[in-house]
Amino acid sequence: MKKLLTIIVGILALCLLLVCGEYALNHRGNTGGHRVLTIYNWGDYIDPALISKFEKRTGYKVDYETFDSNESMLTKLRQGGTNYDLVIPSEYTVQRMKKEGLVARLDHQKLPNLRYIDRQFLNRSFDRGNEYSVPYFWGTLGIIYNDQKINAGAVQHWEQLWSPRLKNNVMLIDSARDVFAIALITQHQSVNTKDFTKLKRAQGHLKALTPNVKAIVADEMKMYMEQDEAAIGVTYSGDAREMMDVNHHLHYVVPSEGSNIWFDNMVIPKRAQNKAAAYAFINFMLAPANAAQNARYVGYATPNWAAKKRLSKKITSNQAFYPPQKTMRHLHTYHDLPLKTLGEYNDLFLEFKMFAK
Amino acid sequence: MMRQKTLFIVPYLLWIVLFVLAPLILIFYQSLYNINGQFTLDNYTTYLTSGVYLKMTFNSVWYAFLITLVTLVISYPTAYVLNRLHNKQFWLLLVILPTWINLLLKTYAFIGLFSRTGSINQFLRFVGLGSHQLLFTDASFMFVAAYIEIPFMVLPIFNSLAEINPSLINASKDLGASQWQTFTKVIWPLSMPGVKAGIQAVFIPSLSLFMITRLIGGNRVITLGTAIEEHFLTTQNWGMGSTIGVVLIIAMFIVMFATGEAKQKGGHTR
Amino acid sequence: MKKHHFSWSGLYLTIVFIILYAPIVYLVVYSFSAGTTMEKYHGFSLRHYADLFADTRMITIVFNTLIVALLAALIATIVGTLGALAIKETRGKVRNSLLSLNNVLMVSPDVIIGASFLIFFTMLGIRLGFVSVLLSHIAFCIPIVVLMVLPKLNELSPTLVDAAYDLGASRWQALSQVILPAITPGIGAGFFMVLTYSLDDFAVTFFVTGNGFSTLSVEIYSRARQGINLEINALSALMLLASLLLVGGYYLISKHGGRRHRVIAVKEGDAQ
Repeated sequence: MKKLLTIIVGILALCLLLVCGEYALNHRGNTGGHRVLTIYNWGDYIDPALISKFEKRTGYKVDYETFDSNESMLTKLRQGGTNYDLVIPSEYTVQRMKKEGLVARLDHQKLPNLRYIDRQFLNRSFDRGNEYSVPYFWGTLGIIYNDQKINAGAVQHWEQLWSPRLKNNVMLIDSARDVFAIALITQHQSVNTKDFTKLKRAQGHLKALTPNVKAIVADEMKMYMEQDEAAIGVTYSGDAREMMDVNHHLHYVVPSEGSNIWFDNMVIPKRAQNKAAAYAFINFMLAPANAAQNARYVGYATPNWAAKKRLSKKITSNQAFYPPQKTMRHLHTYHDLPLKTLGEYNDLFLEFKMFAK
Repeated sequence: MMRQKTLFIVPYLLWIVLFVLAPLILIFYQSLYNINGQFTLDNYTTYLTSGVYLKMTFNSVWYAFLITLVTLVISYPTAYVLNRLHNKQFWLLLVILPTWINLLLKTYAFIGLFSRTGSINQFLRFVGLGSHQLLFTDASFMFVAAYIEIPFMVLPIFNSLAEINPSLINASKDLGASQWQTFTKVIWPLSMPGVKAGIQAVFIPSLSLFMITRLIGGNRVITLGTAIEEHFLTTQNWGMGSTIGVVLIIAMFIVMFATGEAKQKGGHTR
Repeated sequence: MKKHHFSWSGLYLTIVFIILYAPIVYLVVYSFSAGTTMEKYHGFSLRHYADLFADTRMITIVFNTLIVALLAALIATIVGTLGALAIKETRGKVRNSLLSLNNVLMVSPDVIIGASFLIFFTMLGIRLGFVSVLLSHIAFCIPIVVLMVLPKLNELSPTLVDAAYDLGASRWQALSQVILPAITPGIGAGFFMVLTYSLDDFAVTFFVTGNGFSTLSVEIYSRARQGINLEINALSALMLLASLLLVGGYYLISKHGGRRHRVIAVKEGDAQ
């Protein structure tokens, strides 16, 4: 009995030791105390150097957590009891969060650096007057290809993905709306259609794509494209940039007939514990020097005009990443759709995945 | 005395009520709500009539069947051979040891091994077979799934083989049976409890795989587990996810019922 | 099987062992590569180990995982042992239904456990994070402990306990002086067993974690989705070492307790 008690106490002591170790690890050199800013962001979507710079400058301790889809982020946020201070959702999710009352109204007085944001990215339909959100990055959906395996001419348009010559060569992103957007655009439909028959038709078209689909993946597409595992991938512009930095045979195209344009935005959840720190962080990230550094690191297009000026011409004149006005006109944002419609997108997509071979 | 007995059982009963009964009831309850939060049987109607879910269930069962079969075909001879070795407990431990390595790490290793520039393709090129698409194929998905399940199949079979009284085998030989006859008439029937326990231990997890379908199968294999995970964590349709969960629970009971007698026999012999 | 003789069964076993260990060896070998991919070996280097030890997030997560595993194993062992003692006192139908309920979580697929616990925690308003992960781990560990301790209790001869009472022992004394020492091997084996279960769990944790709390499995999953990173290989080599030590310790304990193979048998997720 005594032995058992000793063991129990020993295990508890070991746990205590681990807790202390963890505490020491995370509070090393941090004399600012327990002023913590909890950020919830996409994976690999900020230059870590900026976080340390922010911590050093303001004395806040940043707790950084990542998600891999708007939906999973929303689940965790809705689940309650959360204390994220700053979240970075895409535009249609901002719309949803507004509807559900999950985000706090922003006080523009506290955001002087908002002036650095290009006008064309403010006051968008998903958040008029930017009452709740501040643009973080924007980007497009497009095609990345390997020039050792594919001619540039063969992948300028979405429809070309259906070519029988691309059998088992195309990697798709694991996202219902993006994959449906491709099919809807080739059928000259709105990427926000709520019409079930149109969706069903789009799915029919997608089924014809299945022989060409090699895999439906998420972030790991980067690795596979870099290692020549696949010839073509449908991906986001920023991921494409990262892949191109590693593998110089890769190129990115935004089909001129249209595609998705999206905006990721900084918002402050209603239940945030440390709004002052969140405001400080937004301002910090909007400062031109920081925004430029972040854009260089992340690779997506920045909505910050002052930061864009600081980037090299090579980046800002690249039409794949800063598309010309002509293409911009054909780029559409996703709207927040009713749950029922979203359910239809998801079900049809799940069905597509089931037959994707 | 009575009081102490009750004290003992309180935490345990609390656990049964909170973490065994309540979740089971909740998953059933949740399955009766559609995506808009209305109380309805919609999910079950969708499941049964849309064809998509039925086909997925069928596919999932088919894959689980194949995985179980592959695992059994590899594991039975392994257990059989192991059982005749000298230090059999030591060798058995070596079979079990990989299960102590994190599942994710093993899967991760296969991503590296199977990729187009990975070691297996390098080897294939080296012996002149050329490089092949290995990742994202049904074969690689089933191989990895079987790899993970092998120890769980070897163990019960090994145990039931070890329990066989050697005099039975000797008797069979003395009576003039060939080795093959001894195997089919004596050893195989006597090891059935182990085989059944192994099937039970492999089939249900195979139905509910969800991480390997994504990392190795490239999301082209959707099992019941993948569908539940998608509905709970991505599409937020908890009702439909729970409905598939209920189906999975039913499948689980069917498998347990079908392999049920093995449990009792196994229980006695062990 | 005689030594130095070629045999088909020996060859077969060799192939099986090669398959079983190839991925593990592969991970460990590349953890020492100077390169950054698992394609080509670039010469010996410990840089990935250096990266690992400099990675505060990873180390924090390792600590978290250990804390959850130790606490979950400890609490589950206590509750499970009490449960086994209680089950021992019951008879007939009550006993059978208790045993069946005990086995529900043993045979349930992880996704079902994860999904139903997620609904449960959401309804109760329990914040996803350390607490929800710990509670879930305790929950799926308890039945394993019961199954490890119960056979030891059954082996205990009733006359021994009766003798204790006859000699004037109180119930508490009988428990602490006679019963507990006799079943200690089972309790110890149960503790080690659930410790490995908790350390290894991915699916259940994946459903119920949140708010910045992560365990190793979940972290490896999200890193694996971002591509090969040899830091993970370094981690796996260290984990292999740790498991070897654990298995060693466990082997000693269960050897002490006699029936090794039943102890391992529970690992199969079978509800014996």
